[in-house]
Amino acid sequence: MLMTRKPYDAGKLTALLLFLPPALLLFTLFVVMPIGEAAWYSGFNWNGFGTPKNWIGWDNYRFVFDNKAFGTAFKNNLLIIVVSLLVQLPLALSLALILARAFKGAVMLRMLFFMPYILAEIATGLIFSFVYDGDFGLLAAIYRQFGAQAPHLLASPDTSMLAILLVIVWKYFGFHMMLFIAALQGMDKNLVEAARVDGANRWQILRHIIIPLLRPTIKLSIFFAIVGSLQLFDLIMPLTRGGPADSSHTMVSFLYNFGVMRMRVGFGSAVGVILFVICVTFAFSYKKWFMRDED
Amino acid sequence: MTVFRRLLGSAVGLACLAGTAWADTTLKWLHIEVNPNQVKIWEEVARDFEAKNPGVKIEMQFLENEAYKAKAPTLLQSKDRPHIIYSWAGGVLKAQVEAGVLEDITAQVTPHKDQLSASAVKAFTVDGKIYGLPHTVSQVGFMYNKELFAKAGVDGTKIATWDDLLGAVKKLKDANVTPIVVGGADKWPLHFYWTHLAVRLGGKAGFDAAMKGENGGFEGDVFQKSGEHFKQLVDLQPFQQGFLGFKNPQAVGAFGDGKGAMILAISSFYHTQRALAADKTGLSDDKVGWFNFPTVAGGKGEASDTLGGVNGWLVTKGAPKEAAEFVKFFISDAVQKRLAQGNFLIPTFKGAESGLGSPFMRNIAQNIAASKYHQNFYDQDLGPSVGRVVNDATAELAGGTMTPKQAAKAIQDAFKQGN
Repeated sequence: MLMTRKPYDAGKLTALLLFLPPALLLFTLFVVMPIGEAAWYSGFNWNGFGTPKNWIGWDNYRFVFDNKAFGTAFKNNLLIIVVSLLVQLPLALSLALILARAFKGAVMLRMLFFMPYILAEIATGLIFSFVYDGDFGLLAAIYRQFGAQAPHLLASPDTSMLAILLVIVWKYFGFHMMLFIAALQGMDKNLVEAARVDGANRWQILRHIIIPLLRPTIKLSIFFAIVGSLQLFDLIMPLTRGGPADSSHTMVSFLYNFGVMRMRVGFGSAVGVILFVICVTFAFSYKKWFMRDED
Repeated sequence: MTVFRRLLGSAVGLACLAGTAWADTTLKWLHIEVNPNQVKIWEEVARDFEAKNPGVKIEMQFLENEAYKAKAPTLLQSKDRPHIIYSWAGGVLKAQVEAGVLEDITAQVTPHKDQLSASAVKAFTVDGKIYGLPHTVSQVGFMYNKELFAKAGVDGTKIATWDDLLGAVKKLKDANVTPIVVGGADKWPLHFYWTHLAVRLGGKAGFDAAMKGENGGFEGDVFQKSGEHFKQLVDLQPFQQGFLGFKNPQAVGAFGDGKGAMILAISSFYHTQRALAADKTGLSDDKVGWFNFPTVAGGKGEASDTLGGVNGWLVTKGAPKEAAEFVKFFISDAVQKRLAQGNFLIPTFKGAESGLGSPFMRNIAQNIAASKYHQNFYDQDLGPSVGRVVNDATAELAGGTMTPKQAAKAIQDAFKQGN
């Protein structure tokens, strides 16, 4: 036993020595070090010029948590996650169930629904800022048909988030739909067939056969939706830039607006560290609790 | 193979030789100007300088305004930094000086600077050292549409006090005219109201005291009152529908389209309202009027005090000597007159304002010349961090989500946090 294992270990070691250092080096250089640097900067009051000197300890974190706009941004992130899970995923799943079947036009429709996902975020944002324009936009034209004055959705703190959520659902449901379609098509049709033979109705097949079989995909889709929501930035900028009155910031757009644009590198780093902690905690706990049967 | 290698070698050698012969020095000039007509003239000026100084090549680089502000700290600390950069003076300039990324060009510009407006040069002087030169100044005031004013029976030339302005807004509303358009999404167009009220209410002394933290700093009486006055205006709902979603170019365009009677403008909007109007012609000279920001009863500021920008060019650390020479060339009588003739800017070179083509711009030049206290834009003067809080707070005042007291407190808190 020992004799047979030795050459195998040696080979493994060579591979390790050969392939690990470059990966480790790149990972350290571009992932670990910037994270460490951000953590280091977050203890300073620093405008990005020269080297940071003014050590203020945990003050930046206090400033972040004291900031009303950060609270709103955090809530908005949660809101985006909730809407992604409760509106976007069911929508994507039901469309996938319809479009996974082969019928005339199915491919066309899949393409059509997937198209928004291909569009660049900035372009999407710009297009929708025109759609929402209360004077010249598509929305205004629709309202005018009914002789009404269109609201400026993006210009009011009460409706700005609603407008952004609509764009998010519109843009990303196609992606999740495609995930589900791929999973549905890879599914063993015999199981459904067998259930039907056993007299299960449509709802029972969906509830007890299809959805359980889709579970890994649903988990993956939820994971993407949550991580995507946490990272959301490039749709916000062209639409509202976080305004009006900081009502539509996400944590990332908050970081950019209050850290980068104001040359408060220490403050921005603190936001970055907080975001990092949230993402890492989420990613690891999600993997541990929900995705462990997949390995 | 060897033949190929030799050929390649000689080609590279030649290219190097040609390179050195072509330009001993390349000046990298970073600007943020978006008006193509003005950029065209600037390019000609650069070519002109190259012709007069053999061996010097000028490379123009462009960054969009906000992108430039975001990138500047990283850009300036790289080895490949541009040699000449755009600046609004103020707090950002001070931070750059402290970081040691700028070149002291006092000696090089010393006789030349005396020909420029002294107050503008002072904006580019930190602790007695000059780091750049200003090429233009601007004033903030009300631009109005004469036709819409006539429709509502308002005389723009008679608006002198804050109450006059409020009265005019009411009359315009009664006549179903949108009194004021503003680019609220950009926030800084709204911060003009609050800051100009502070200029009127506190004068130079009020601002200086706040900077020293006296009289409650920016939370003091002057600044709370500024907020209260601004709120009087906001309560009349004078702005176009959805103003918090309008970016400045949209608002200026709307004014050019005749969709609003007034806009609190930087004097350079005189040009941009035409370019940004839907029909690209905007309002003609005879339809546009100007009145200075109204005075406030009991205010300590002079009526002649102005709020506006001072813009110019900084020379960065380690830039070749020619950089300062080019800045001087760019801000010389001939070039300044030429830009003034196109009404692109209010020149800083003394006497060049005689080149100003339009009476509108000449009036602005006179206002600035007569001003004893020209306050730089707060969002520049207070530095990027506090300045943006001023913008945020005034936008919230306009949106009704903050009270004057809260706004003043937010600004003072940011000032104390400092940067």
